[in-house]
Amino acid sequence: MSTEPLLHVEDLTVQLTVEGRKRPVLREVMLKVSAGEAVGLVGESGSGKSMTARAIDRLLPRGAEVSGQIRFAGQDVRTLEGAGLRAYRNKVAMIFQDPRAHVNPVRRIGDFMTEALRTNLGVQAAEASKRAVAMLDQVGIADGERRLRQYPHELSGGMLQRVMIAAALLTEPQLLLADEPTTALDVTTQAEVMAILDDLRREFGLAVLFITHDLDLAAAICDRTAVMYAGQIVEIRESALMHSDPLHPYSAVLAAARPDIDSTAHRLAAIGGRPLSAFEAPDAECAFAPRCQHAIEICRAGLPELVELDQGLSRCVRAAELRGRLATALTEGGQTGE
Amino acid sequence: MSDHILETSVLEVGGLRKEFGELVAVDDVNFAVPQAGSLAIVGESGSGKTTIARMIVGLERPTKGRIEACGQDRSTPARSSGERRRRGREVQIVFQDPYTSLDPRQTAQATIDEVLRLHHGWPADQRRERITELTGLVGLDERQARALPRALSGGQRQRVAIARALAAEPRVLILDESVAALDVSIQAQVLNLLADIRDSTGVSYVLISHDLAVVRQLTNDVIVLHRGVVVERGTTASVLDDPQHPYTKRLRASVPRPGWKPRRGTLLATGEES
Repeated sequence: MSTEPLLHVEDLTVQLTVEGRKRPVLREVMLKVSAGEAVGLVGESGSGKSMTARAIDRLLPRGAEVSGQIRFAGQDVRTLEGAGLRAYRNKVAMIFQDPRAHVNPVRRIGDFMTEALRTNLGVQAAEASKRAVAMLDQVGIADGERRLRQYPHELSGGMLQRVMIAAALLTEPQLLLADEPTTALDVTTQAEVMAILDDLRREFGLAVLFITHDLDLAAAICDRTAVMYAGQIVEIRESALMHSDPLHPYSAVLAAARPDIDSTAHRLAAIGGRPLSAFEAPDAECAFAPRCQHAIEICRAGLPELVELDQGLSRCVRAAELRGRLATALTEGGQTGE
Repeated sequence: MSDHILETSVLEVGGLRKEFGELVAVDDVNFAVPQAGSLAIVGESGSGKTTIARMIVGLERPTKGRIEACGQDRSTPARSSGERRRRGREVQIVFQDPYTSLDPRQTAQATIDEVLRLHHGWPADQRRERITELTGLVGLDERQARALPRALSGGQRQRVAIARALAAEPRVLILDESVAALDVSIQAQVLNLLADIRDSTGVSYVLISHDLAVVRQLTNDVIVLHRGVVVERGTTASVLDDPQHPYTKRLRASVPRPGWKPRRGTLLATGEES
């Protein structure tokens, strides 16, 4: 990875003003996504995973204070305006958890799907519709012409999310930001939508930033997974190794806390406390330390840096020392309670 | 799973049916839950699982069929407040959303106290003692017990909802997707808590869930619902390890787990989604 990645986020810090007080929501987020690569962004509520995607897509609330860098194909994203920003959004598409909240209920599917093509790229209406029908076919919706005439309420949640994916891909983006796109769907529908996303990203050479709370779901389509806690990236690792060889105690906890469909545990490996939001996190010590069974004095002595380890990154000062023990320590240990 | 456990079952449902106009939401559903047992009702949206829960607690009236808790029929509305209270001591429910299921103006203590007064009519000091026991049982500290819901996290609110349900000392607790909205690390805490409570109180669980991993962790028996009909039943371990019905197989194959790869075409092949 010596060449510039497609998306390069560096030291991204975002503060929002809530009730007259400035509160950090992201703290020095680092992230690289190469062309055609799928990266998972995993965390619990308040970790900052959705806010990261919003910052990348320039969808932060008005008044947000941003520092650090976001570069897309070498271009500074933070200074884009007007036509430049519209062109950027054609290359970086976004899909959301609740498709119904992001589509105009009184407009037909066809109008919604072809809008960007017609207004931003100057494609004729008939041609735009033709492309929309072809793309609907790609996401497994065969009778596209009929669907274009329908309204959002006539489609099921899974069908509408597939329409959103098709619409997002119509402008031939290079990067797809997918913010929990399957969380509101039934399990079987989720499996179908995930398979479609995986197929299409390979076919179109599309890079994906896949945001979810589910490590296994991210691993299903992502080459690498980044784990967030309290507004920071705490680990970036090859997805397949997240379970067997995590580099940060929190990732190990996330993997072990989920019940296993193949066996019943006597007790789940639960840790105490609750996930912190970025604004609650201490400035000068490890944010996870109060819940970490491996925390010692040094963890509270300063804010840990992201350090490289086995081609991954970990924000744990003890990462090298604890390597190989994190996954087993939890499944054997009897940590419980709050 | 019917005849041989009839005598010890605390909840029994027979020939249960619910129609909404033309739609048959629940069709001839039968099950029994033994004392200290745990049954999962598994299904996706539109399967009828929540409608069953609502009929058991009296929020919907069955079109047909029988619901008995502790040997008492409850398929028709309660005719007196006394009977309604008795039913409350038989079955309680914990809903999915901890953010909307509590009164925003009531502290955890007051929430529990109200149930204790209503169901047991104890004097104040006995109620206070029981409140301390219950909040301790669900792992709320002193400060949290005195806090309003808005000062509590989702996991803490769900603990309050569980404590409130337990305050009535029910024989059966219906958990309607009660851990589905919780963060992974909090969900693990609450699942462990629910296992502890069953061990210490002998309460029976009916878990309404779409999450097969949670079902495996918390229940002994399972019924799988598809469009209102029970398509498979058995012990949770046998149904999940060796599913027989095509729908159960598909559900099982759709669960993300380490090494899982999603495959296309399952929905289209079975004509789901229109």
